[in-house]
This record gives sequence, C-alpha cells and structure tokens, in this order.
Amino acid sequence: MNTGKPSIKTALRFDSIVKEFFGVRVLKEVSFEIGEGKTLGLVGENGAGKSTLMNILGGNLQPEEGSLWFGGQPFSPRSPADAEVAGIAFVHQELNLFGNLSIAENLFVNCFPTTGGLINRSRMFNDTSAALKQVGLNLSPDTPVDRLSAGEQQMVEIAKALARDARLIILDEPTTSLTDIEAGRLFKVLRDLQQQGITLIYISHALEEVANLSDDILVLRDGEVVGNGPKSSFSQSKMISLMVGRDIDHLFPPRSHTPTRKPALRVEKLGRKGVVKDIDFTLHEGEVLGISGLIGSGRTELARILFGLDPVDSGNITLAETSILKLSPAARIQKGMAFLTENRRDEGLCAEASIADNMTLVAAPRFKRGPLALVNRESISLEVTRYREAVRLTKSAQNTQQVKTLSGGNQQKVVLAKWILNQPKLIILDEPTRGIDVGAKYEIYSLINQLTQEGAAVLVISSELEELIGICDRILTMRQGEITGQFNQGEFDREKILAAAIH
Amino acid sequence: MNKKLGLRCLNNAPLLLFATVFLLLGLASDRFLDWQNLLNIGVQSSSTAIVAIGMTFVLLTAGVDLSVGGVMFVAVAVAGKMIYSGQPLWLSFLAALVVGIIAGVINAFFVTRMKIAAFVVTLAMLFFARGFGLWFTQTRAMNMPDKVTAIGTSSVLGIPIPLLVLAVVCIAAHLTLSRTPFGRQIYAVGNNSDHARKAGISVTRNLFIVYVICGACAALAGLLALTQTGAVSPSFGENKEFSAIAAAVLGGTSLFGGRGKILPGTLFGAVLIQTVENGLVILNANPYLYPIITSLIIFFAILLDSIRSRALESFHRRPIRPTDFQTNP
Repeated sequence: MNTGKPSIKTALRFDSIVKEFFGVRVLKEVSFEIGEGKTLGLVGENGAGKSTLMNILGGNLQPEEGSLWFGGQPFSPRSPADAEVAGIAFVHQELNLFGNLSIAENLFVNCFPTTGGLINRSRMFNDTSAALKQVGLNLSPDTPVDRLSAGEQQMVEIAKALARDARLIILDEPTTSLTDIEAGRLFKVLRDLQQQGITLIYISHALEEVANLSDDILVLRDGEVVGNGPKSSFSQSKMISLMVGRDIDHLFPPRSHTPTRKPALRVEKLGRKGVVKDIDFTLHEGEVLGISGLIGSGRTELARILFGLDPVDSGNITLAETSILKLSPAARIQKGMAFLTENRRDEGLCAEASIADNMTLVAAPRFKRGPLALVNRESISLEVTRYREAVRLTKSAQNTQQVKTLSGGNQQKVVLAKWILNQPKLIILDEPTRGIDVGAKYEIYSLINQLTQEGAAVLVISSELEELIGICDRILTMRQGEITGQFNQGEFDREKILAAAIH
Repeated sequence: MNKKLGLRCLNNAPLLLFATVFLLLGLASDRFLDWQNLLNIGVQSSSTAIVAIGMTFVLLTAGVDLSVGGVMFVAVAVAGKMIYSGQPLWLSFLAALVVGIIAGVINAFFVTRMKIAAFVVTLAMLFFARGFGLWFTQTRAMNMPDKVTAIGTSSVLGIPIPLLVLAVVCIAAHLTLSRTPFGRQIYAVGNNSDHARKAGISVTRNLFIVYVICGACAALAGLLALTQTGAVSPSFGENKEFSAIAAAVLGGTSLFGGRGKILPGTLFGAVLIQTVENGLVILNANPYLYPIITSLIIFFAILLDSIRSRALESFHRRPIRPTDFQTNP
C-alpha cells in the first residue's frame, strides 16, 4: 500500500536476466525496475521477448542467468503457483475462464474457501461481490461466465486478481477484444487500482493506451532493453522507432491507387431478423471500404452473410454483376471471394499443419494434375515460395514448419497468403491486424494497397478507427445492424465517425 | 412467450420424457403403477445407476470409461470365488471393491501418466478384465449362497437395501460434485483442461481420482447386482458401459465434458432406462424389441439434447437488433 511517503520503494527488479531457448538467446541481460505502485508500459514487436520476460515473472520459465527481486527480496518462482502466492497475477490476452462455472467459482477455482470439506458458498459469494464492486461490475456472483460479454469477462479476470490480494498485476493486450466503451471502463478500473497502490505492468501494441496509463515505459527489441524511462521522455514515434529499430515516419503506407467506378460488390436492402437491416452499399474495384462500429454492431455478422455463412431474409448481393445470394461459401470462393475472419487461431488456420499446407488450403483445386487429379507437390512448393515472399513472411520459417510456432503477425500473413493465392476479386478482412505488431501491420497495409492496385476490392472491418482512416477510401459506420453513416476520404473526422457509430 | 415455453420444455426434456414414458406405461398396464412394481424398478435400477454415477464423473472431465462392464465382472468374480471358499462376506465384498479400485488406478495411470486416449485405455481394460475374469472363473457360473441374496431382498425401515445404498452413493456424489472444491474443479477441467492447468488446478490428480471413482462404483454396482441375481455368470455386467453412458447422457451430461449433474440428471436417466425395460416386461412385449425400443429412446433423448443446446445458444445470444423481437408494445 502506498503510505504517502515521498520515497518510492522498488516493487520489482530484473537484474541481468538471460534466457536461452536451444542455445538461442531470447533475453540478453535484461535489467529494469518498477517502483511500488507504479505502472510500467511494456512495448515491443512480436518476438521481442515480452512474453518470455513475463513468463519468467509468472514462474512458467526459469532464467539461465540473472536474478529477480520482488518486494525487496530475491524471488525465483518455479511455478505459476509460486508467483500467485507472492502476489503476482496475470491477465492473459486469451482469457482463462471457465464458461460453465459461475463468476464466484471462477474467482476461487484453485482456492475455494471451505468449511468441513464443503465449499463455503456465502463467504465465496461475499468476497466475490466485493471484488466485482471494485471493478465496477454490477452482476450477481452466481452468473455463469459464458453469459458475459468479452469486456465483462476481462473485468472478471481483474476481479480474480483482486480477490487474491495481488500486489502486481500483469495485463497482456487487455483491450484487443473490447469495444471502445468497454476499454474506457477498463482504464477507469486500472486508474482506481493505481490509486490503491497496486503495481501494474501493461503490455500492449496500442501505444496510445500505454502512454496514457503508464508512469514508465520499457521498450524491448530482440531480447534487449532499447529504451527505459519515464513516459514523458517517450513520444509515440520514438517508441515506434525504438521498437522497430528504424524510423517509420508514417504508420500507414502512402496510397498508390485510386478506386475505379466499376462496382465489384453490390449489396441491396439486405436484411436478417435480429441481425442486420436495410444494408445498402456498393464496393468498387480497386477500392478499400472500411466498416467502423462497436463490437456487437453487426459488422462481423454482415461479413458472414456476405460470404454465405449465415442466411438472409431479404435483399440481394451481387458480385461482378451476378447475384450470389443463393451460392454456398465454396461457390462464392470460386467466384473470387475471400474472407479473413477475426479469429485467426480457430477459424483462419489449421494450427498443427504446416505453412505450406495452410497456404494452399483454399487454392488446393488449382494444383490438381493428371488423370487422377492428384495434388502436384512441385507446383505447390513453387507457389508457396512465391506468395510467402509476396506477404513477406519471416525468412527464418520453413515451409514445413507448423503455423502454431509462428508469431501472430506471421500467422496472419499465412492466412492472407492462403486467400491471395486464390487470386480473389473481393476480400473481406475482419480485424486484419488484431494483436500483431507495428511492423507487421505496416506490411499488411502495404499488401492491401497492392491488392487494390491489381484491381481487387477490399472490405475492412476494424475496431481501430485510426487504421480505417489510414487505409480506406471510404468508411461506413454501423450500429445495431444498420448503416448509420458514410464518410469519403478527405472528410474523415474521428469525432464524426465515432458519433455515427455510437449514437 | 412461445419461445420461452419451448425452451423450458427443452430444458426439462429428460423430465418430460420420463413423465411421458410413465404415463404411457401406466395407461397400458394397471400393474405398472403398483407400489411394489415401482419399488422393484428402483431396486433394479440401483446397479445401473451407480455405474452411471461413476461414469458421470469421468464424462464431466470429457473422458470416458468403457471398462465398467468388465470391471464389474472381474470384481464380482473375485468376491464370488472368495465366498465359495468360505471367506466371510464382508471380506469378499471388500476385496471386490479393492479390485474395482485397482482397475481404476490402472486406467488412471495410463490416461494421466502415459497420456493415452481414455477411449483406448478403457477399451483395452474392458477386454482384459473380462478375459481375466473368465480365466479366473474358468467360465463357470457360480451360484451364491442364500446369505448373499438375502442382502438384496431385505429392507431397513421398509426401504430395500439396494435402494439405501443407491441413496447414499447418490447424495455423496451429488455433494462432491456440487459442493466440494474437487467437484467444481472437475467441471473446470472438463470445460478446458489447458485453462485448468493454467489456473493452478492439478489436472492430472483430478483425472486420476475420477477414474478410480468410476472403477470403485463399477465394483459396488457389481456387488449390488450380485445380491439381486445371486449368481456370477460369464456374461455378468455385459454391455453395462452402454447403459451407464446412456443413463448419464439421458440425464443431461455432455459427452464433451463440463456439463451434467447426478441429481436429478444421471439418476433419472438410469431409472428411465430401467422403467422402459420393466414396462416392456409387464406388457409382455417381444424380448427382441427391448434393445430396439431402449436404443430409440436413448437416440431421441440425445437428439433432444442437441436441439436444446442449439436453442439455448441462440436464446442467450445477444441480438444486435433487439427491436426486431419486440412484439405488441
């Protein structure tokens, strides 16, 4: 607890921590410290060593060299349980909750309060109520977790840390699946925690959030500390150039094309009861059209309908002058449609399969040869090599490597390559840069540019308004399943677009 | 609202199914609703119900134990042999339970330590246990002395002993699953074992205990059946794994883990299966029809369950346009 004394004690100190995997140094003598009750913003590209660093703190990994100090004492956690006992809580990017259990049970799942061997429900209920109040969740502790929204589940994770009297809470990309409103609520809760003197480590690719919340910034690149100090000494562009190791003047590549007037996709009066209503828009060849809106505004549902995954009640969808309303997703793919879903781990990739297998999944029929229509491995490997260069997949990855071993950014490039290999005319991208680093984002934006240059039409759904403003020719806003606004490039105004999406 | 009513029906599908079967059988035969017959159904279900309770523990972790039929047989064979050779009843029964526990431990060892699929391990155990029992008894049937069947037919305070045993097991299992840390952690493991591990739950330990419980339940169920039939035959306990899984699923336990209850769930399922068989006997139905009708009922119940989970899912999904569903203002 913060006693109000001016002297700031050190909560956590990393002293020359070295970690190796199979002889490769992934952390090179990392040293830094966090003051008691301070918030550290930890930034770095994917693969910079942030997760390794936090896994050492969380007891999942042990360092080869160096020492850790927590609360003024040497600290060497051998397991997650050790870290928990010491008062360290982890809020992972992928939430670690059990949908079939209640909020209260989730909070105490490995430390149920008991009397005579049976769970003391009233104590559990009261403790949970208190923790929920702290995070501003007005829900009964008995509510099953699978009834909660993503934002509410995030709060439950934080309540879990609080219920265990955590003194240090690590948050890994907490806002990726939250709406702006939910994220705002999260920040308010985090500020409350800061007031209570709880030390926080905040990891995020959203540099603006990091700058707003943190007292100090730590920048990692290739396992080394390349920047550390009070946030006042870090501008966003400085953070980026430190992370990337070179200057990126712009977050977005310059536009290199102008959209044609030739319609690629025409959507007329599209409606589905309870989901979307009166959706009307035309997407032209060579155009990047963005859809902005809160999570739950019907953006993803619209994309699923366009791709034929969900039924429609009324309206029409025309692709290249022919109606595709009655076609199956497979037939739409043949007509040149592509759909990168928001959930690449479960829907975009076969995690256990190789890069080459994933990349050729959609275009597999193209590689049929001979009377038995067997797949021709040679032409596959040629195409894979060509397209992995096109999407700038990391050079260190083998074609036969399992995709689950790749970083988020590289996985997304594999998904993109999978679709581009089929030479689509219309590409729907749902949250294409979620959870990937600045460098990879830039490359994906460049790729979108290149696709439109070649005449493809691109529909981008994103929760990051900056991203849409940076890459789109036109932005539509959605709210409650309806289109509420249209903005052309040149008249993009953050405030106005947000207003159209929210009100 | 119609939708809510439909959902409520689906939610209580096992109960409705049970009521329907009861009503139909009651109408078809006046002997069916006889108090003695109802008591009979209870006694006859006790053995299946106890196997199904053990099975529910395993199913909740998204596992399965196919070995219960074999384990029942081998446990009872050991007990029977001991009774034959003049050992006291309590010692023979205890030995049977130990055999069940040992089988459970072996299953658990291979599933949790060797990381072999539960399906494969317990299938092997099914044949191993049956084979071992056949060798052990030299495939001869053993008729038990009267003191064994006396247990199955006597009552305490008017309640038959098998029913008492069932009640104790049921309540203990229900409390374990709903009110103990171990029980709740089983639901967590069944929901996502990887998450459970990360949340600091000892998944291996939980899984281990679950298979041991299932083995012990199988042995206990075998003993109950022995006190009712009075004989160990080579086909003792055959196909019990199917009625046990069926009972659990009929009672709403998910084969994918994380969902299910002992009370009323599994108990209900076991009694329902027994009720159907009892009813068919009373109606003098062709015995060849029994498995057909039982399997149809099980199929129907599972169909209802899958419709139910889909309906539940769409019901709880937050509509993007709630205004579309507002009827008369």
